[in-house]
Amino acid sequence: MIVIIGGGPAGLAAALSAKENGADKVLILERDCRLGGILNQCIHNGFGLHTFKEELTGPEYAQRYIDRVLEAGIEFKLNTMVTHISAEREVTYVNSQEGTVTVKADAVILAMGCRERPRGALNLAGYRPAGIYTAGTAQRLMNIEGYKVGNRVVVLGSGDIGLIMARRLTLEGAKVELVAELLPKSGGLKRNIVQCLEDYGIPLKLSHTVTRVYGKNRVTGVDISQVGPDLRPIPGTEEHYECDTLLLSVGLIPENELSKSAGVKLDSKTGGAVVGDNLETSVPGIFSCGNVLHVHDLVDHVSEEAETAGFYAAEFVKKLWKEN
Amino acid sequence: MNQYDVVIIGAGVTGCAVARYLSRYDLKILVIEKEEDVCSGSSKANSGIVHAGFDALPGSMKARMNVRGSRMMKSLSEELDFPYENNGALVLCFDQADMGELRKLYERGIENGVEGLEILSAEELHRKEKNVSASAVAALWAPASGIVCPFSLTIALAENAAANGVEFVFLQSVSSVEKTGSCFTVRTDRDCCSAKSVVNCAGVYADRIHNMVCEGKLEIVPRRGEYVLLDKEVGNLVSSTIFQLPGPYGKGVLVTRTVHGNLLVGPNAQDIPDKEANETTLEGMEDVKARALKSVPDIPYNKMITSFAGLRVHPSDGDFIIGEAEDCEGFYDCAGIESPGLSSAPAIGEYLSDLIAEKYGYSKKKNFIPTRKGFVSGGGSVVCRCENITEDQIVDAIRRNPGARSLDGIKRRVRQGMGRCQAGFCTPGAMEILSRELGIPMEEVCKNRPGSEMLR
Repeated sequence: MIVIIGGGPAGLAAALSAKENGADKVLILERDCRLGGILNQCIHNGFGLHTFKEELTGPEYAQRYIDRVLEAGIEFKLNTMVTHISAEREVTYVNSQEGTVTVKADAVILAMGCRERPRGALNLAGYRPAGIYTAGTAQRLMNIEGYKVGNRVVVLGSGDIGLIMARRLTLEGAKVELVAELLPKSGGLKRNIVQCLEDYGIPLKLSHTVTRVYGKNRVTGVDISQVGPDLRPIPGTEEHYECDTLLLSVGLIPENELSKSAGVKLDSKTGGAVVGDNLETSVPGIFSCGNVLHVHDLVDHVSEEAETAGFYAAEFVKKLWKEN
Repeated sequence: MNQYDVVIIGAGVTGCAVARYLSRYDLKILVIEKEEDVCSGSSKANSGIVHAGFDALPGSMKARMNVRGSRMMKSLSEELDFPYENNGALVLCFDQADMGELRKLYERGIENGVEGLEILSAEELHRKEKNVSASAVAALWAPASGIVCPFSLTIALAENAAANGVEFVFLQSVSSVEKTGSCFTVRTDRDCCSAKSVVNCAGVYADRIHNMVCEGKLEIVPRRGEYVLLDKEVGNLVSSTIFQLPGPYGKGVLVTRTVHGNLLVGPNAQDIPDKEANETTLEGMEDVKARALKSVPDIPYNKMITSFAGLRVHPSDGDFIIGEAEDCEGFYDCAGIESPGLSSAPAIGEYLSDLIAEKYGYSKKKNFIPTRKGFVSGGGSVVCRCENITEDQIVDAIRRNPGARSLDGIKRRVRQGMGRCQAGFCTPGAMEILSRELGIPMEEVCKNRPGSEMLR
């Protein structure tokens, strides 16, 4: 059996590829209540230009893979959290029906995606009121749960999620005061800067960062300061912005805690596993793909990489079966 | 008007400890708290250390309460089921010229009755803690020192007090305390009650409460301390709690593992007039981080997950003020409870409750429940992935008495959102459970007190 950790775009494509290449037993373990991962909350379009030669929304892109997974009869468990993977490929998961279960896998594909850098990692001074969200959390609350997180918003970080959320909040009637970016250049896609900021007249301030958060209960404002070439704030350049929400889009970190439990060697630069061309990690039979391997700009590339991981995982188990 | 034997003002660790130990007696007790939950002031943001007791001046209330509290902590942690670990502490000396100071600390500890103190050579020190700076020339080793979760301790005391009949009211700020005859009238912004005795455990506001009824005035200056907290991945950088020789502003910057396995660095000390100014500053965080490197040079600050600031309750004359006010019979202070207040809390609760009981001739109840069970350890689907916290645990946190009423309340009880993603992933899930359990719309879910609504 090949066990795939995560039912987002990487996990889905890896599962399909493994199955198509001769691994007849594939199991996807997904912690959320549906397959599709973060794509479900990415309701904007722009997905699938490479893979499908058309512009899809996130849920549409995911659905194309989900349909194929269902058709192929690939087994999956939802609301299921993997808590440990051993170097011997024993995968322990928890859900409310089965409790804690450990399964022995012939191969494991790591497809856990990434998480957002939180405020705490930023040295951001001030109070700790309500109204400070990472862009992805705000996106989930707005697009999946249907709630508005705020009315006057400052976005720190011009990563793609931050840019897309600036537009999304604007469309929902919030006023986005500005997007501040620490670096002299935005890390977001050019098309997102144009379509999400410029089209809506939202200012982007490069080489600026938030240096202080005001508000004891809910955010009431932030100070934005210019930073020097050393990326440190220049005293005296503070500008105050009133707002009730601060959105952080300050980087994504591959979610490799489980990989570490299996003893997978990580690359300090990408934050992902060290892998060979076949996407196998330092632990035999454990493969890695998608944003848990390194953060990708486009989901199309995630799917492509995951297909490679699925292929080699299938090769690995076929060889294993032959040996036994 | 409801009548009580004792009204306790403030549900921090001291107020909850007084409530718990008083609940051994057959009394009607009320705790009034201005925030939405227990452990919302100074008790929520400190080092979480159970100090051995070598710092305080011999003969002081601090020394007495600290040593006794520290000795009580282990058995209390078993009775009330909260995490406590006896990890020991080291006070580093960096200069041969300061050896006299280190020895003084050792002797003070001996005089205070602290057990197991030893002065270690540089070699012994580095054998014990390999990541401590090579420039440390000696250290005081205090094996009696420990670590505790300040939230768990306070919450356990509060729950056990409630199980023994103590009533709690939240979101009520005391506006006046008046003495008429032998009775007190305590008014809040919403209600009023009468009490035979009042215990002032109001933290940074203890001076305001005291000065409402007493002629001899008190002054409490909040002393802010900033901390940075690092990922569990690096929690094992040190095993014991690492101090530097203390200076005029307290015990200085420490480096410690927390009882949950994170690495904690801090605090600095800054006197500030604003009793609510628990904000962090860029300068403060940089200062704390730099000073800690003197003790442990390789702290990986890129593993920082959060920073916070707490307000110590610094008394103007330096010692805890515990006991009946000189000019107001029946009014008891637990004021100026700065460090080692957390360590001292059980001793303060025991001491003060016995003091009151003795004076009024209160007798102990026969059906006192001495134990409390901690939160369920799992069950249901996982909500918080970093700390592996499940829905059943969150529901348990909310259904306790006193239970969580806010996201911070859940976080402090079962650690949802305490991990490396700092609630990025689990906030929506926790909000939904809180909304469902309390029967309130999502728009009313708060981070902590009203006004901190998560949605707008």
